[in-house]
Amino acid sequence: MTGHAEKAAPFVADDARVHWHDQALWFVRLKRDRQAESIPEWEALRDAAAAIKAHTLSRIADYLEEFERNAKTNGIQVHWTRDGAEHNDIVHRILADRGLTRLVKSKSMLTEECHLNPYLEARGIEVTDTDLGERIVQLRHEPPSHIVLPAIHLKKEDIGDLFHKELGTAEGASDPKYLTEAARSHLRQKFMAAQAGLTGVNFAIAETGGFVVCTNEGNADMGTSLPPVHIACMGFEKIVPRTKDLAIFLRLLARSATGQPVTTYTTHFHGPMRGGELHVVIVDNGRSAILGHETFRRSLSCIRCGACMNTCPVFRRSGGYSYGYTVPGPIGSLLAPLRDSHKFGSLPFASSLCGSCSDVCPVKIDLHHELYAFRQELVREKVVPLYKRFAMAVLSFILARPWAYRVAGSLMRGIMPRLPRVVVYGRWNPWGRQRELPSMPGESFRDLIKKESK
Amino acid sequence: MSSRDSILASLRRNAPPASPLPQAPSAITYSDPERQFAEAFTSVGGRFIRVATLAEVNTELEKLESYTQARKISSLVPDVGRTNVDLAALKDPHELEGIDIAILAAEFGVAENGAVWVPGSTLGPHRAIFVVTQHLVLVVPAGQIVHNMHQAYDRIRIERPGFGIFISGPSKTADIEQALVIGAHGPRSCTLFLVG
Amino acid sequence: MPALAAEDGKNSMPKVGLFIPCYVDQLYPQVGLATLRVLRRLGIDVDFPEQQTCCGQPMANSGCAEYTRPLAERFLKIFGKYDHVVAPSGSCVSMVRNHYAQWLEGRPAFDHLRTTTFELCEYLVDIARVVKVDGDFPSKVGLHMSCHGLRELRLGRSSEVMVKPFNKVRFLLGQLRGIQLVELTRSDECCGFGGTFAVNEEAVSCLMGRDRIADHEKAGAEIIAGFDTSCLMHLEGLIRREKKPLRVMHVAEILEGAKLS
Repeated sequence: MTGHAEKAAPFVADDARVHWHDQALWFVRLKRDRQAESIPEWEALRDAAAAIKAHTLSRIADYLEEFERNAKTNGIQVHWTRDGAEHNDIVHRILADRGLTRLVKSKSMLTEECHLNPYLEARGIEVTDTDLGERIVQLRHEPPSHIVLPAIHLKKEDIGDLFHKELGTAEGASDPKYLTEAARSHLRQKFMAAQAGLTGVNFAIAETGGFVVCTNEGNADMGTSLPPVHIACMGFEKIVPRTKDLAIFLRLLARSATGQPVTTYTTHFHGPMRGGELHVVIVDNGRSAILGHETFRRSLSCIRCGACMNTCPVFRRSGGYSYGYTVPGPIGSLLAPLRDSHKFGSLPFASSLCGSCSDVCPVKIDLHHELYAFRQELVREKVVPLYKRFAMAVLSFILARPWAYRVAGSLMRGIMPRLPRVVVYGRWNPWGRQRELPSMPGESFRDLIKKESK
Repeated sequence: MSSRDSILASLRRNAPPASPLPQAPSAITYSDPERQFAEAFTSVGGRFIRVATLAEVNTELEKLESYTQARKISSLVPDVGRTNVDLAALKDPHELEGIDIAILAAEFGVAENGAVWVPGSTLGPHRAIFVVTQHLVLVVPAGQIVHNMHQAYDRIRIERPGFGIFISGPSKTADIEQALVIGAHGPRSCTLFLVG
Repeated sequence: MPALAAEDGKNSMPKVGLFIPCYVDQLYPQVGLATLRVLRRLGIDVDFPEQQTCCGQPMANSGCAEYTRPLAERFLKIFGKYDHVVAPSGSCVSMVRNHYAQWLEGRPAFDHLRTTTFELCEYLVDIARVVKVDGDFPSKVGLHMSCHGLRELRLGRSSEVMVKPFNKVRFLLGQLRGIQLVELTRSDECCGFGGTFAVNEEAVSCLMGRDRIADHEKAGAEIIAGFDTSCLMHLEGLIRREKKPLRVMHVAEILEGAKLS
């Protein structure tokens, strides 16, 4: 099974493109910094957000029941689904029962996780992703490469070619304004013809039985204020206790995600439109098991801002596809192996543990500590191959015995300089592919200290 | 066992140890919240115009090309704008399509991010008007700019059932090579009058 | 914890155990010597316990917790008796302070060890209370703030965190006469070493390293200075393969020639 390193190789090899991708995301990280600097209480906000999430998770069943009670009073229909299959089934039945076949969607990573689109399409539902980036990747039949910036891996020329083929724009045209205008017209037809709209949920409020959706493009609003049926899908962890808690999260979310003070639209839904229906689908899909895990439960605090991806030097240089999972980057490197440790066992190792992600996370998830801890899970579950574990056993044996350590050290320093270069830098030596080995000193520190005058 | 019961049972079984809700941190305030609001609103691509009276709003509107060229104008603010769309007569929000300019009232603004709160009850019979319109004009009373989002939520009364939205500027996207394009699916422009 | 008082008689002088990481001992012994000299010159009573080998980080970073255990236990046995432990490495010190609890929590002497093990620069600034660095170093120097020292030991403010800026390493180096600490475009991006990451994800690791080097080059650095030899080893490997006109130096080596007080 190919892991992150193998998948990243072609991305890394394209030097111009990888630097372009790296710069683009670094720029978003800088915008985030500028916004964070402008709020003197930024770190206090992060502390508060982390505490609210920890509190909420400790009483989440109560808050979900409160939400359901209040949502029902608002005329919202609430559905509970154990896993992706149940989720897809319920969404489909809501549509099929009403004879609806044209659905517009705004961004929902949860529905990506459940593979909703192919499920609905196989059953005769036309699904149009309406976030521009998502529509682009949908037309290209590929998944998003970033949870907030789905098409960040594409150049405007790539999009120009795509739109020429799919939307009839002029050949070779790649001006973003021109292409966006074309997408506007194209998607407007979809909005007008849609029979139902589906959104994610940024935050659900227990106190009032409503929820909030944040967008810049207005696509969630077009998709939910025109057709009469609105389906909103949420992982249960999206719940917050009170409306006043929204202040803290909304101040952190857009600043962390894209370096803006707030998204253009922050829509609060507390009931269906006149003559319409509003459904909320609450999804578990493995989250409650994570809740029970002392080491990894904090990953459920994630508000899906993507800041960890923007700041990660590895993500910037390997791209979202190298993670092979709906949610990539540092948080994805936890969520994916939590779902399937064998399939995604390389991800916790696709990190230098630099800690930048933990420092930008608006809810202070200790991402890099969890990645470190997950490596121990992978060893315990024997996902880490035997030869690696054996090598560490040997190393541990040597390092635990000063005599063996001294012998090994002397041998290394004695033999390496005497070997021909072609042997030292052979294929067995991945360090040496692009780097020189350190020069081998004749004497170690402990040899020298004997000579050092007191 | 229903999915609901099974999920709730799982959540209770797996519940982490109790931890308290924190106090909200004391939040930023500005020496000139109106100026801060104007800066924030402008920086997200909005057009900010300060006037003393509603009559001046009409005068300023006549200077806007999007207004003078508009064929269909819908105003939900009394005494503002040459409304020629009868919203009550529209049977369906789809019939909003074609409105060039919508003029809406916002209840208050937030200095820290240039957002204004528009309660659903002020959107008329078809709430989609704020997003379907090609151009949006917002009218906000002066003296109604709070400093930050904490103050905003202290003020907001959530209508239940109901709808409400923070709007901060025109719709936009940067999904094509991070190039900012104003005017995505929602309004192409957003002009805000602070009146009083 | 008490700062050192240089005027104290020898009996009340804290005894410092010098912890020299395995790869410094074997591959960069001059860094160990420089560290020893810097501490001794301050009048600190430094002892190098010979039985030491390695803190166990390679095993821990590979997820091999049970293979790390014997090394953590050895470390406590060897270093537990010192008043302070000082090492020229941020990552090894972070291992002791932030990760050893997994194996040593509750052991007598561990709480003491955990709170008195220091990286060299933080030891000089916080414990030895060095305020003056008197020396010449007329070179253009790029400061590489290694990640463990920066984000685990908080040797300085990381660019992500919105607190008042501070930097213990810069405080020491900045006082040297003639030194020019060049301004990088990314002041604390990871170099890509990351332990076994350097080998498991060799392509990304080297790309990260090359990008760091390019940043230093563009800023006009002649020397890349750091407090973690592991990062420097990786950067030096790239520099020497590509024959770049740059050198790497450990902070201890730079401070070696100065008078600290």
